[in-house]
Amino acid sequence: MARPGWQNKLKQSCRVPAYLLRILKAAPKIIKAACFIFFICISVSARQDTINHSDSTLLLSEERLLAETFQQAPPADIRAEDQPNDPGNAIIVNWNLAPGDNDKDSLVSGYLIYRSDSPDGDFELVSTLPIGTTQFTDSGDHLVNGKRYFYKVASVYPVDTLFSSVSGAAVPVPQFFNTRLIPIFLFMLLFSGTTVAFIIQAGKGRRLYVRPIAGINAVDDAIGRATEMGKPILFVPGLGDASRVATIAAFTILARVAKKVAEYQTRIIVPNYDPVVMTICQEVVKEAYSSAGRPDAFDPKDVYFVTQDQFPYTAAVNGTMLRERPATNFYMGMFYAESLILAETGFVSGSIQIAGTDQLIQIPFFVVACDYTLMGEELYAASAYLSQEPQQLGTLKAQDWGKVAAVALMIAGVIVYLFSTGAGNSFMTWIMGG
Amino acid sequence: MRREVPLTIVFVCGAFMAFQYFVPHHVSATIYQYALNWTIIIGIFTLTVGIGSLINLHYDRISKRKERWQYSIVTLVALAYMTILGLLSPNALQDPKSLLMTMYFYVLSPVQATMFALLAFFIASAAYRAFRAKTLLATLLMLSAVIVMLGRVFIGDFLTGWLPEGMRFSDVARYILDYPNTAAKRAIYIGVGLGVGVTTLKIILGIERTWLGGGK
Repeated sequence: MARPGWQNKLKQSCRVPAYLLRILKAAPKIIKAACFIFFICISVSARQDTINHSDSTLLLSEERLLAETFQQAPPADIRAEDQPNDPGNAIIVNWNLAPGDNDKDSLVSGYLIYRSDSPDGDFELVSTLPIGTTQFTDSGDHLVNGKRYFYKVASVYPVDTLFSSVSGAAVPVPQFFNTRLIPIFLFMLLFSGTTVAFIIQAGKGRRLYVRPIAGINAVDDAIGRATEMGKPILFVPGLGDASRVATIAAFTILARVAKKVAEYQTRIIVPNYDPVVMTICQEVVKEAYSSAGRPDAFDPKDVYFVTQDQFPYTAAVNGTMLRERPATNFYMGMFYAESLILAETGFVSGSIQIAGTDQLIQIPFFVVACDYTLMGEELYAASAYLSQEPQQLGTLKAQDWGKVAAVALMIAGVIVYLFSTGAGNSFMTWIMGG
Repeated sequence: MRREVPLTIVFVCGAFMAFQYFVPHHVSATIYQYALNWTIIIGIFTLTVGIGSLINLHYDRISKRKERWQYSIVTLVALAYMTILGLLSPNALQDPKSLLMTMYFYVLSPVQATMFALLAFFIASAAYRAFRAKTLLATLLMLSAVIVMLGRVFIGDFLTGWLPEGMRFSDVARYILDYPNTAAKRAIYIGVGLGVGVTTLKIILGIERTWLGGGK
């Protein structure tokens, strides 16, 4: 009985090609060969692990074998020279890596640096350095200006220590100008020149506009409020010593505030952290009272020293706030962790608070807890705003132009970066519509 | 002369210090070191002025029976006690078991730590006021703060782990800190640097002289 046509078609379509049948017949042999190769690979790998990790003797032998393949030699090209831009107490020694010094399987275990004041004299060990090092700076008071020094470098191999030849003479010489600081020096001259030019212009009567700062405008109102309430004013000059510019800026603000206080016949309390600052504050307040025509109203006991410990000082000032209940608190100068403790206590005691600091981390605390905050440069600008002297206002203009220069430099830096790197190429491609 | 002499000294010393920064020569460095030593010595001497002021203030409070004058007695007794302890045992600072150091470690240090610990509570109360969304800027501040706070702890990524990388709280917090925050900080730093430069110049040139004790 003939099969139906569809069955024949199915049989034909399912027929395995002849070449596949041949491959299937040879499959056991192929699998055997693959297993053999795999076994060989595993064996070799295991033997390698054994050599590397199991036996230190084998490891040393391998190092020796490898060492024989390298040519052991001392570091070459020893160069000793005076370190530039220093007071003449340092010499830089350079050399090339010894053969076999590399990151992987290094045969060199380190370098020894020797120094002598004579090429034929006794060399003393100066330093021991790790592999990969090609430079050493010999510095300190033991080096004498104008004296000649010689150096040798030794490479330490597992078996031998090989010494280089003696370097040329190096003489430490002091320099009179640090050439690496030339850009800063030029910027200093430019900025100082601009400031002086603005001061001269302002002195000639040129009117200069300066934007109002709310914190400074509020000073008079705050003093007036204290007068109306019959309460004192508390001025905290911060924790900086007298050499800090922020503290000096605080003196200038204190002088203006104390003069107003004297005119309004109010009391000012100045607790101090630093005795030098206290002495200056006493003089500043005393002079302010004198210039206001009320020298007899000045009480030296209102400008007093507390302590030079941070938190005891904070506790004392907090105590003053809660006892005296000042109408206005000024925080001007340098502040650290105590800023928020002071400002929050002042807030609780119901005082108007004006703060000013250049301490970046403390600015947010003052912003939150005080009514007005002079941020960063505003602290330095405050004395000019308060005095309204033309020369002082001229310096503010110099500051503004300094900021313009800084922004211009930043833009120039971005442009240079864009034109000199891969990012610049991508940017230009994008600009050109690529 | 009362003004000219100090102003001249300030000008000479200020100009020298400004240029000394650029001169690495050991003579320059030695003079600079001498100046620093003078500052330290003067500072030590002025400490006696400070202690004098402290004693004077508290003696005045006690003698006039001002408000809470009893605390002034405690202050003066503590000052005298620690001074005497220090004078009687000059090597006490090197001995942690000495009475002076015992007082320092077990009385002063805990008191200082207590004051410092108050900061945590003050931060909480200050943050509460700062994050009240009364204006658009205050709202932005609050949102930024919430994202940064959540992004710095595990719960931030726990809540936003389903979002694609770069949009989770930790990623956004890092972006806020690395870019807007850093840019603002650098702007303030540049302003502070210029302000310091100008103020220094004003002092060296004698334009700013309130540190002398008053106006012109």
